[in-house]
Amino acid sequence: MLDSNKDSLKLEAMKRIVAMIARGKNASDLFPAVVKNVACKNIEVKKLVYVYLVRYAEEQQDLALLSISTFQRGLKDPNQLIRASALRVLSSIRVTIIVPIMMLAIKEAASDMSPYVRKTAAHAIPKLYSLDPEQKDQLIEVIEKLLADKTTLVAGSVVMAFEEVCPERIDLIHKNYRKLCNLLIDVEEWGQVVIINMLTRYARTQFLNPNMNESLLEEGNDKTFYGSDDDEDEEEEEEKKSEAPMPKRKPYVMDPDHRLLLRNTKPLLQSRNAAVVMAVAQLYFHLAPKVEVGVIAKALVRLLRSHSEVQYVVLQNVASMTIKRRGMFEPYLKSFYIRSTDPTQIKVLKLEVLTNLANETNISTILREFQTYIKSMDKDFVAATIQAIGRCATNIGEVRDTCLNGLVQLLSNRDELVVAESVVVIKKLLQMQPEKHSDIIKHMAKLTDNIQVPMARASILWLIGEYCEHVPKIAPDVLRKMAKSFTNEEDIVKLQIINLAAKLYLTNSKQTKLLTQYVLNLAKYDQNYDIRDRARFIRQLIVPTEKSGALSKYAKKLFLALKPAPVLESPFKDRDHFQLGSLSHLLNAKAGGYQELPDWPEAAPDPSVRNVEVKDSVQEVRTTGEGRISLLGEWREVFTLLERVATLTSVPEWTKCSSREKRKEKKVEKPFYSDSEGESGPTESADSESDSASGSEIGSGVVGSVSGTASEESEEGSESEEEEEEEEEDEKDKKMTMKKELKKPVQESESEQSSEEEEERKHERKKSKARKSDSESESDEDEDSESESSQSESEDSESEAEVKKKKKAAQSKPPSKPVKKESKKEMSLLDLDDFEPAPSPQVTPLNSFLSNSLATDLEGLSLSDAVLSPATLSPCSALKSYELLHRIRGEGLSVEYCFSRQPFSPDANMVAVQMQFTNNATSETKNLHMEEVKLQSGMRVKEFPEIELLPAGETATAVMGIDFCDSTQAANFQLCTHTRKFFVSIQPPVGELMRPVFLTENEFKKEQGQLMGMNELSEKLTLDAECRNEHAIVQRVTAAANLSRVPCGSDRECRFAGRTVTSGSLVLATVATKEEAAAQLTVNCEKMVIGTMLVKDVLLALTQ
Amino acid sequence: MIHSLFLINHSGDIFLEKHWKSVISHSVCDYFFEAKEKAVDPEDVPPVLQTPHHYLITVHRGKLFFLSVVQTEVPPLFVIEFLHRVADTFQDYFGECSESVIKDNVVTVYELLEEMLDNGFPLATESNVLKELIRPPTILRSVVNTLTGSSNVGDTLPTGQLSTIPWRRADVKYTNNEAYFDVIEEIDAILDKSGTTVFAEIQALCFSSHNPRLLDDVSFHPCVRFKRWESERTLSFIPPDGNFTLMNYHVSSQNPVAIPVYVKQSISFFESGPCGRLDITIGPKQTMGKTVEALMVKIHMPKAVLSANLTATQGNYTYDLPNKVLVWDIGKLNPQKLPNLKGILSLQAGAPKPEDNPSLNIDLRIQQVAISGLKVSRLEMFGEKYKPFKGVKYVTKAGKFQVRT
Repeated sequence: MLDSNKDSLKLEAMKRIVAMIARGKNASDLFPAVVKNVACKNIEVKKLVYVYLVRYAEEQQDLALLSISTFQRGLKDPNQLIRASALRVLSSIRVTIIVPIMMLAIKEAASDMSPYVRKTAAHAIPKLYSLDPEQKDQLIEVIEKLLADKTTLVAGSVVMAFEEVCPERIDLIHKNYRKLCNLLIDVEEWGQVVIINMLTRYARTQFLNPNMNESLLEEGNDKTFYGSDDDEDEEEEEEKKSEAPMPKRKPYVMDPDHRLLLRNTKPLLQSRNAAVVMAVAQLYFHLAPKVEVGVIAKALVRLLRSHSEVQYVVLQNVASMTIKRRGMFEPYLKSFYIRSTDPTQIKVLKLEVLTNLANETNISTILREFQTYIKSMDKDFVAATIQAIGRCATNIGEVRDTCLNGLVQLLSNRDELVVAESVVVIKKLLQMQPEKHSDIIKHMAKLTDNIQVPMARASILWLIGEYCEHVPKIAPDVLRKMAKSFTNEEDIVKLQIINLAAKLYLTNSKQTKLLTQYVLNLAKYDQNYDIRDRARFIRQLIVPTEKSGALSKYAKKLFLALKPAPVLESPFKDRDHFQLGSLSHLLNAKAGGYQELPDWPEAAPDPSVRNVEVKDSVQEVRTTGEGRISLLGEWREVFTLLERVATLTSVPEWTKCSSREKRKEKKVEKPFYSDSEGESGPTESADSESDSASGSEIGSGVVGSVSGTASEESEEGSESEEEEEEEEEDEKDKKMTMKKELKKPVQESESEQSSEEEEERKHERKKSKARKSDSESESDEDEDSESESSQSESEDSESEAEVKKKKKAAQSKPPSKPVKKESKKEMSLLDLDDFEPAPSPQVTPLNSFLSNSLATDLEGLSLSDAVLSPATLSPCSALKSYELLHRIRGEGLSVEYCFSRQPFSPDANMVAVQMQFTNNATSETKNLHMEEVKLQSGMRVKEFPEIELLPAGETATAVMGIDFCDSTQAANFQLCTHTRKFFVSIQPPVGELMRPVFLTENEFKKEQGQLMGMNELSEKLTLDAECRNEHAIVQRVTAAANLSRVPCGSDRECRFAGRTVTSGSLVLATVATKEEAAAQLTVNCEKMVIGTMLVKDVLLALTQ
Repeated sequence: MIHSLFLINHSGDIFLEKHWKSVISHSVCDYFFEAKEKAVDPEDVPPVLQTPHHYLITVHRGKLFFLSVVQTEVPPLFVIEFLHRVADTFQDYFGECSESVIKDNVVTVYELLEEMLDNGFPLATESNVLKELIRPPTILRSVVNTLTGSSNVGDTLPTGQLSTIPWRRADVKYTNNEAYFDVIEEIDAILDKSGTTVFAEIQALCFSSHNPRLLDDVSFHPCVRFKRWESERTLSFIPPDGNFTLMNYHVSSQNPVAIPVYVKQSISFFESGPCGRLDITIGPKQTMGKTVEALMVKIHMPKAVLSANLTATQGNYTYDLPNKVLVWDIGKLNPQKLPNLKGILSLQAGAPKPEDNPSLNIDLRIQQVAISGLKVSRLEMFGEKYKPFKGVKYVTKAGKFQVRT
């Protein structure tokens, strides 16, 4: 059937084969027939063939190779689904020969534009690693690359790969730590679990123990643990503190990143996925300050409603937690009450938790509860309850007698198991204070007649032997009875009989000498060698003979030594050295691949490693500025301003300048934040449609920073970071997209800062503080303390800030034209008015103030020239207009749009689309706006501001931004007026999906060299008659695509370069002219789809 | 992570196996069978077993064991939760999760498992996404499939996989949109012999609510925006398509919980003669003016009880001898005429008198009321032009409601 031409027959055959596999039957002999169908067009057949291949390829390596080419083809398919599934299967067939192919495929997929494919690549990494561990180094590179990925889809998978391949390379996480923390909530649930577990380990290596000051006392806690309440512990801690000379420690200040982690994981306690809840719970247990751990109790108790397997695991962990932190589960005591329908293993675990929770205040309720349990039909459970009672009795002195009495009553129970268990427990309890309870011992001695359970019998005998002085009359009698039944006893009982005999011989030899001899003789011929050994040993020891050495003198001491009472301990004690929630913890044994939870470091490693470097693309800087603008609630205004200015100068450079200024400002301000308790936070949240959450977060941040400043100067830097984080948090709700990008630049500036000299920093800090307090009235807390002293410096600092700003602008725009300078100045004015209070611009001599460090600082900053080029280098060819709405269809309203080729300032990943509305009707049109944007996934749109009124005959323009995700898919939306709606769509030519970049000839060649092979597309063409000179070629190419020309030594070649707007992939184009009209067009682009389309478009442009 | 999965039925046959990495012989399951032999009840099989080279993590669902093999450290809850998700998916696809159904749809099951895990790491577990990848079998589709030879495998990438909203497909369009909210509250309680409440709390599966301050502890479907909840106590979400649990909440034992019924019972076994007496009466307590429906009492009898000779004033009773379960199905509770069950229990001759009395498990249902007093105060929908149909239904049920005797 597999050879048939009909897909349906093939499908039927494959279904049968898969059913065979599912049942575990061997279908490997069909391999050749199946593998042929790997190229089958029918998707379902294909899928089943894949299933088969993955299952049997390992066994039939040679034949499996036949299929590889299909997958390789699949890897280049334009459909991301096919690319992904090809990679999945390719990496799943465990054939060693194809390791290099897999490696190549993974590398390629890791930079695929589809996040789904990248996710698949992340999945493939551990597969390859398990197949060939020697590839580790290369794989780590890929992991490093993928860790930097910003999509939530990839995050979980790549961390998984990280955990499997290189969990020891904790250094790879530094740069991504904050990103992971912030993405966490949006990652799919399985990824969350993996990330949280990894971050727990990470935090243990990077941060200080939040309970550091208490850690010394922990041992003390353990001792007093059962007897005392938490408060008492606290007191004792105090005492200890005063008594023992504690090593001097700095007051503990939590690293802001540590706080970030705790804060971002907390909401996940409300996840529906038990594994996520557990992961967060263990994170809090291992990382959070003592006072904060309590929050997890509620969530864990909730999980007890879940499936019994979940309960089992959760209870195990709760049991471990209750040992250390009893207090947090006490309010939920009743949730651990046992139902008769619970499975036994759950009952036993609940019992364990109840026992751990028992203290003086609740013991009576717990014991009452235990009493009901003892009546249960489930005997194992009853036995466990009795043990639990015993433990309560040893731990809580007050109830010891009550418990003992209760247990003694149980001795008359009809069930032997219950009695036996009670005996064992009573024995342990009696050891604590035997004097008081000789009557109980007597009672138990009587039981020897009835009880048959060996363990219980042995316990009784031991007890009588041990305390034979308390029952001098009964003991010999018991021995007599036992001697009689000796041969029929179990081994452990026999051993105890010998023990009893020996002890009695030593204390009361008159009465028991013969009995002992008799017992020892019986034992001498016992079948068990242990018993024979014991008998021989004891005989030598206690019966004085000539040969007996020095030891017999000490016999009494040996046998009747005072034995310490056993401590009844929870089996869960000390289990928490395993990471909670892990398999190893559950089994209390190290599972393969378990990563030890490291101890807290003595001193925190450098926190600056988590700062993200400057090199991250510049476009994000811009968003920062905008992000802040929008926060101030002045989006609209700024937007219109932007337009006005854009038309004014036709150079949209200002946004960048302003944002740079912004950043500059931030930088200058930053130390200020750390002192003035996040003053900007509240202002912002007041302006934004305040959500109360942000308020509280700021509040907590404030507390943090207060203590930060109080403690240590050197922690200033990190503290201020926290403030920044705080701000981002605020924005999160409103500006999800903004936020992610915003993060980077903030940290950029931080890292710059930290690279500066400490001296410099302090200096600056003071100054800027002064500046703030001088120029702004809101910072009241600050003013009291600092303002007078720094008044005098304020001017300096202002000017310095200004200088920096200027300097930066100057540095970063070497080729700028005078026009731009003008615009820049103008805009800086504007933005000062608009954004937030800042020093008014003063013209100060450049250079004069510049310190060395600042210069280097700026060097580090040097923005890649990419940003500058659009205005400077793209030729001003007339922009092509497209019709969006015809005037007839639009009932008088006609709309045209063109790609303005100017960076869209609110979001650098968007393509700016300039729309021109013309009202040809006789009446005015109102409320022009967009609605119902329908987009392919991943695409985003920034709508143009509503045009409120368009009078008849008038024309208006507006700019909107569309993130096409580097695809030519159309953005559909409705254009609405006050009366009508029109469905319209904007589809970009591929040439508009890029922005020009400036490259030198060498850079160009270098980049081109890296984009060879599959990424290079070449096409021969014949140039159009009017297009045979260089100028015409340049004009046509740049008209077709938003590229900039690259200088070139050869006059036969024209080169162009650009980057795609969304992903920033490089696009290089070369037109090499040959004789006559012949020419060759070469496009290099890592996005093959873009490349292919671009070739078509440019070809058309040159040959039309 | 998850290495292999074996599905095992109650009698211990492995009827399906799937490996995501190298093949593991099904002899590893022997360790499981050993543990299963030891356990009295399938519930008592430890969920995690250690074998020399592997770890077995098992989940028991609907008379089936889902046994997964793990080789390295992995959070056990991760696996357990995933296995339950697999079972949920089967349930969702085939209506039930049983051996016969899985055997009938073995290819679909296999395809599902293939999509749900990649290399042992969960890939697509959201039912909406899966349904786009592999369409669930329906009668209509199977007819169409046989006629046209088309398949039930989707050929496009589910959009949900790519968006940040994995639980919803893009462009779902219906002619009429309806949103039903069921608030189902369950009372968990333990009452002792004299009828005093030992412990009671309310658990709920709910599908939306507003401003529930008293709620102690909540868990959400991933579609709910945590931040909005924290700040405004409003549930804001983009709903998945179809049925789903929006949130679970829990009103803890610290808040007083209204117990809707009271139980007067006396069960005693005589020292002399192989019999015992049983007398149970149930009456309404705090029902908020509604009738208690579907009232049912379940008693797990001691092993010695051979048969029951009882008379019920309302409803009827059955005694399941092999499992020793007495079920009394009462139905609607009539406050005027309280239902009563009275009679003789006969014991095995010669067996000792059972020393403890069995506890009663009570099942009930009250329509149109949420016992916690929770209300959906407002329901707003954004982003849709037309007015969708909205409906809210409240039900109170007994959860783990037990009366000790």
